Amino acid sequence: MFDLNNIRKDFPILERTVNGQPLVYFDNAATSQTPNQVIDVIADYYRNYNSNIHRGVHTLSQEATDAYEGARKTVQNHFNAAHPHEIIMTSGTTHSINIIASGYTQILREGDELIISAMEHHSNIVPWQMLCERTGAVLKVIPMSQTGVLEMDVYKTLLSEKTKLVFVNHVSNALGTVNPIDEIIKEAHAIGAKVLIDGAQAAPHIKADVQALDVDFYVTSAHKLCGPTGVGMLYGKESLLNMLPPYQGGGEMIAEVRFEKTTYADLPHKFEAGTPNIAGGIAFGAALDYMNGIGFDTIAAYEQELLDYATEQLKAIDGVRIYGEAPQKTAVVSFNVNEIHPYDIGSILDKLGIAVRTGHHCAQPIMDFYKIPGTVRASFSFYNTKEEIDMMIKALKRAIQMLE
Amino acid sequence: MSIQEIQDEIIEEFAMFEDWMQRYEYMIDLGKSLPLIAAEFKTDDNIIKGCQSKVWVHAELKDNELEFTADSDAIITKGIIAILIRVFSNQHPKDILASDTSFIDQIGLKEHLSPTRANGLVSMIKQIKMYAIAFQTQLS
Repeated sequence: MFDLNNIRKDFPILERTVNGQPLVYFDNAATSQTPNQVIDVIADYYRNYNSNIHRGVHTLSQEATDAYEGARKTVQNHFNAAHPHEIIMTSGTTHSINIIASGYTQILREGDELIISAMEHHSNIVPWQMLCERTGAVLKVIPMSQTGVLEMDVYKTLLSEKTKLVFVNHVSNALGTVNPIDEIIKEAHAIGAKVLIDGAQAAPHIKADVQALDVDFYVTSAHKLCGPTGVGMLYGKESLLNMLPPYQGGGEMIAEVRFEKTTYADLPHKFEAGTPNIAGGIAFGAALDYMNGIGFDTIAAYEQELLDYATEQLKAIDGVRIYGEAPQKTAVVSFNVNEIHPYDIGSILDKLGIAVRTGHHCAQPIMDFYKIPGTVRASFSFYNTKEEIDMMIKALKRAIQMLE
Repeated sequence: MSIQEIQDEIIEEFAMFEDWMQRYEYMIDLGKSLPLIAAEFKTDDNIIKGCQSKVWVHAELKDNELEFTADSDAIITKGIIAILIRVFSNQHPKDILASDTSFIDQIGLKEHLSPTRANGLVSMIKQIKMYAIAFQTQLS
């Protein structure tokens, strides 16, 4: 059963005040809060078995290695990857994307085409632009409609035998749109292109099954789903990961090192140079266990209630315009009020204890599309309440009164 | 008035406000009131792009004193700009270089000068100092 009161008790940060007001945390799309179950795992690691993994013969190293590899299996099971070694532990989504962008440098040829969407985060734009600069490949963009939905007809016309890779986010961070990745992947595969899905925003709301999707690469960050910052994962099909060269050289990623020639380790270690964020990796597994304990279907149903309620309340305020009204959305509302600058609203909401995001959300092309400097973005998690939404609405009305 | 005297005056004014609401209302009024820059200087060359708000700054040397005009697309940012201009405009470059902005902490607006806000104000102060260095070199 979904017991909101008990769930909120798992998150100690929800008890604090900000500027003398109880904290209302609606910046979950930037980073989620951390439950005791995850904090305790991090503390337990440093208190009881902190040691380097994959090479010690001593007990602590064995315990740490078992816990870290156990977490990899948890990630594998969660995303339903075929093998644990198809899960590369990274520092986060950006790192994961850069491994692939770097790997394709030697593979792409001048004139090859890459496709991204109009609603990508900068981290799913810039690495590909850099790849294009290195290789002479060309970047094409799937446009979107005013409501924030990808124009799939145009996507189909962009695909050709020149298309080598397609990159789309599962969910848009600025708009909350859930993209039709099933169809995007099928269409790309039909012409032989590979697909990378950026799951950073989807991961806390939707459980992706990489085998059912038949996706080539899927990436996400732990801190979006109740895990710590500085950890994430890259899922890749075994054959593709074997084909790509290593990203960074160093310890852990080698089989044999000679001054004449070094051979690389097998997957997943080939892409995991250096000592990883061990506590973070273990905690990533604990975060997935925690969320699966509640259940992703339960989470999605409750967050939909929060989204509907917030949307309805916001629309009742004169002058509010919501950006991103796709039929399928995660619990994110991006909005502006008349001509008021989002920075001004965000500053006053902060004074009233409400944490929202303001600005371009690292998705400047979307802001250019709507010809706005940015938006105010409230993003909800399963530990938020309708009462908190009421508090935001009250604070917003006060801000509007002050600013207009 | 010297920079120090103006800063003391502002601190005294802000001490009269009872809470943050009054401080913010005052800043919003400041932000709404005057055009702080001539349209001809509101150009891309003079723009400082923060992640959050944009700031335009223009400087001119008049009788050995620097005159600043500036603007922003966000009202609270513009209110703080009005305060900064009151402090730094019509001052000698060497006095600008010798001054700091710690008075902003004392009037309870510290958070707006934090780099995490990315509202362009930190860069604006840097820009004011850069102008002061440039014109100081020209004068000496």
